[in-house]
Formats: sequence, C-alpha cells, structure tokens
Amino acid sequence: MNPPPSRSPSAWPRRTALAALALALVALPPLMEAAGFGYYVSTAGRILVFAIAATSLNLVLGYGGMVSFGHAAFFGLGAYVTGVMITDGILNAGAHLAVTVAVSAGAALVIGAISLRTRGVYFIMITLAFGQMLYFLANSIKGYGGDEGLNVRQRSLLGFGLDLKDAPTFYYVALAVLALTLWGLHRFVASDTGRALVAIRDDDQRAEALGFPTYALRLAVFTAAGAIAGVAGALSANQQGYVSPALMHWTQSGTLMVMVILGGVATLWGGVLGAVVLIVLRETLSAYTEHWEFWTGWVLLAVVLFARRGLAGLLERPWRR
Amino acid sequence: MPSVLVLEQALNGLQFGLMLFLLAAGLTLVFGVMDMINLAHGSLYMIGAFLGAAIVGATGSFVLGVAGAVVGTGLFGMVLESTLLRPLYARDHLSQVLATFALILILNDGTRMIFGNDLPLSAPAALAGPVELIPGLYYPSYRLVIIGAGLVLAALLYVLVAKTRMGALVRAGAANREMAMAMGVDIRRLFTVVFGIGAGLCAVAGTLMGPLLAVQVGMGENILILAFVVIVIGGIGSIRGALVGALLVGFVDTFGRTVMQQLFREFFPPQIASAAGPAVASVAIYVFMAAVLAIKPQGLFPARG
Repeated sequence: MNPPPSRSPSAWPRRTALAALALALVALPPLMEAAGFGYYVSTAGRILVFAIAATSLNLVLGYGGMVSFGHAAFFGLGAYVTGVMITDGILNAGAHLAVTVAVSAGAALVIGAISLRTRGVYFIMITLAFGQMLYFLANSIKGYGGDEGLNVRQRSLLGFGLDLKDAPTFYYVALAVLALTLWGLHRFVASDTGRALVAIRDDDQRAEALGFPTYALRLAVFTAAGAIAGVAGALSANQQGYVSPALMHWTQSGTLMVMVILGGVATLWGGVLGAVVLIVLRETLSAYTEHWEFWTGWVLLAVVLFARRGLAGLLERPWRR
Repeated sequence: MPSVLVLEQALNGLQFGLMLFLLAAGLTLVFGVMDMINLAHGSLYMIGAFLGAAIVGATGSFVLGVAGAVVGTGLFGMVLESTLLRPLYARDHLSQVLATFALILILNDGTRMIFGNDLPLSAPAALAGPVELIPGLYYPSYRLVIIGAGLVLAALLYVLVAKTRMGALVRAGAANREMAMAMGVDIRRLFTVVFGIGAGLCAVAGTLMGPLLAVQVGMGENILILAFVVIVIGGIGSIRGALVGALLVGFVDTFGRTVMQQLFREFFPPQIASAAGPAVASVAIYVFMAAVLAIKPQGLFPARG
C-alpha cells in the first residue's frame, strides 16, 4: 500500500513531483494576489485546515480501521479551547497549542478507551453518541456563547511579527502544520508500529494471537488523531474568528468522513485530496447556484457508485498495484 | 415532586417515544436485514412532514394530509430503495455512509427547491384545546391523539411482524439473511415493500410531529441520531427492541429535560444548576446508551441469535 522508503529509481519521479507540488503551494498566495484572486487565499487556508483534520481521521479510519463518526468533536474541542483562552486574555500560541493538544488528546483517550471496547457498527454509533454529547455540552456553556457561538476577537500570538489575521500568514502556518502531519503519517505508516496497526485492522484476532497489543495501539492512534484534529480546530478558530457548537455536530463528522472516503481511504493524500475537492466543488457550485448542496450530493453519489476506491484510487498508477 | 407533573411528563415521554418508534422501526429493519447504514432515513421523515404540511395547507384536512404523506413518502421510499440504495447493500459501511450522506444533501436541497425552507403546519382546530384527564391535569388533546395513533400503529406493526407470513420472512431475514435467501425467500422484493412501509411510518411521525416541532429543512438530522440511539439500545434488527428502546429514550429524554433539571435546582446552587441542567438533560440519553452498551453490547433484544 505504501512504497518502501528506499532509494530505488522509482522514488525519483515521485520526489520531483513532491518538490514541484511544494513549490507550487508555497508560491500560491503571491500568485493568487497578483492574479487578483487575493480573496481565495483564505479559502485555500480553510482547505488546509480541513485537510489536516481529514488526514487525522484517515489515520484512524483508513489505517486503523476504526470507523469513528465523532471526529469533529475533537476538531471543535480544539477550536473551543483556543477560542476560550483568547477570550480570557491568554494569547500565547505555544500555550494554545499545549492546552489544545492536552484537552483534545485527553478527550480522545477517554472516548477511545470506552468506544474501543465495542466493535463494528456499535463503534460507529458510540463514537457518534460521544460526539453529540460534546456538541450538546458546547451548546450549554452559556459563559462562552452557548448555542450562539463565541466570537474570537484576537488571534494566537506566534511572535516574530506574524499575524494570523493576515490570510497569507495563516496559509503558510497551516501549510506547515499540514506538511508536518503528512510527513508524520508517512513515517508512521512505514514504521513497525504502523504496519502493526494495519495488521490489526486486517485481522485483529490474528494480530492479537501474534502478540500485538491491539487495544493499546488502537487507543494510542485514536488519541493521537484526536490531538491532530484539535490542532486543526485551533487553526480554524484563528482563521474564522468564531467558534460554535456546529463545529461538533454529527454532520460535521460526516463531512470529514466524506472527505476521507472521497479522497481515498488509507492513502497518504486521501484526506488532502478529499478536502480540496469537496471545498472547491462547494465554492465553485455556490458561485453558480444557491442549490450547491443538491449538485454536490450527486457528485458524491457518483463517486460512491463509480469510483470505488475514492479519487486517489483513480489517480493511482496501475503498475503500482 | 408533584405527581401531576410527573404524570404529565410521563405522557410526554410516551408520546415522544412512540413517534421515535415509528422512525426507528424502519431504520432497524434496514440496518438489521440489509446491514445497511441509512443516514437518509431522517430525510424521509422530513419529506413526509413537508408533504403532509403541503396537503393540509391545500385541502385544510389533517387526515388527508397524513394519508397523502404516507402514500407519497411510501412510494418515494420504494423508488429510492430500488434505484439508489439497492446497489449499496453489498458495499461496506463506509460507502453506505458516503452515499446516504450525499442523499441527505440532495433531499434537503431538493425539498428546499420544491417547498421552500419551511412550511406552516398547526394541529387541527378541533384538537387545539386541552382536556382534563384527572382533576388538576390538563393535557393537550392533540398530544393524546398522537399517543393514540402511535399505540395503534405499534400494535398493527406488532401483528404484521409477529403474526403474518411477511413478518416471519422479515424476521428470518434479520436473524440470518443468507440463510433466508438460501431457503428461497426473495429478500429483495420483500425488502422494497418493507422499506416503503418504513418510509410511510416516517411520514406519519413527521406529519404528526410537525405542529409540535417545526416543518423545516434539516429537521431529519437531529431526530435521525435519536433513532439510531433507539435501535442500538434495542438491538439492531429487532422491532420489539425498537419499541422498548424508543419508549426508554422518550422517557429518559423527557424526564432529563424536566424532572432532572428540577432536581438540580433543589440540590445545587442556582448558577451551577442553570448551567449544568440543560447539558445534563441533552446528554442523558447518550449516557444511557453508553451504559446499555457497556452492559449488553448487542443491545437489549439482539435479533441475531
């Protein structure tokens, strides 16, 4: 599923492509501004935020085989932690990161510890239930906006004169986080632990018989993915200047799942691809029709029926199989 | 706690639970027999409510509205099942989630195109007032009618599933689909009919609940999750489980919203009570579901032996 990280000749074209992609992404904001599409830099930033969240879900869902239907809860939790800290006058980005990771990882640890005792459909439903619990909790915290949401008037202070209100600055920060996430995922999947995770996904009884700590490993991955989703949420709070319970609603978890399935389950770029396609599709359609949801739905349906392995499956070069 | 209040809330819980049962009955069969996660089930509830509201608005007759909604939504459900959903039965849960999530988008926006974002629907004028059930307990007569309708439909469904040949085939399918097919049951055709009945029940719930909640796009999304909670508690594929689960969820939710908040006010300082009360109430059914799963991971009445 993943090419070995070797120095084989076939690695070279891939690296060239990766370098070209990186260059293009770095050059994107100034190019957009020069072309008069400066407004879309913030759209690009939003795509990056969802790409991070979807990639973290792909780790759980694709490589771990855990169909979590409450992933948006961790995203929303991260957004709320950062939003609440800013509202209370704590602006240091390092503090935001530390507390966001601690809270979202802590929540994922507790939710995962309970949910992972169930299997299959019941796991889907129990993660859904936990997500909804956090959604309703967010609705009821009156001190921080309650069901109306919370306006975040300031931004995380990164230092070095960087201002996250500036769309290109935000874009580069989010791009760095996404690159780090993808690199981490790539390394993890190729590692012994990553292979063990996939072995557990494919046959957990055999993996357990072979002596793998199936429960602990799944829980660790679930927790790590929760933390990454939390960081994406913290970025989202900074970009939107607004957090609301809707971030945690089950339809949001569904949207993240759609991104992963659309892009390609258990592929490195699946989450990114899904986020790009879904958000670009939405933005493009909404420019032409107010009924963009209707047409998005048909596109998604066509993908399920005709591209069984997601878009990444379509792009995959046949000789790699 | 005054007993009149408790009785009133018990009736509310019964009413809500019965309506949840109408939704959960179809959902649990789709889930149990076809092993299909149908997120678009809530959309049938919404479509039923819109059809009902439109017919009531045009004719002025509530009975006609319910009947039209049932027929229209039932037929729509059968067409939906035999065209778009059937190819999904053989696919994995992820594909089903993606496809039915897409269906939610399509049906939500489609409804908006045809009917607009919401439609007015109020209870029939004859049922607008309250009746005095026991001295001191005035209860809205419309809610009593809902309870009556829910009880009748639940009884009919029980007879259908437990006493008829079709019901036996459905139960056989839920217990072991492959075996039922091997014994010569045409599960597919049977299932189109079952899906149509499930859609019709959604329409009843949607139209009856319309005057109490609101007929608007997106109304299916929240109630869908409650229906899933119901069938997970009851045991996937079991009609009896759906009924018990629905009533339990109805009671837990209703009492969570009223009695538990009252208790909070008595035992905690006002600031904490007013902040934590609503949160506890909304979360109560999910805690309940997690507790049931912890004790009986297959739900209360597992359909598969």
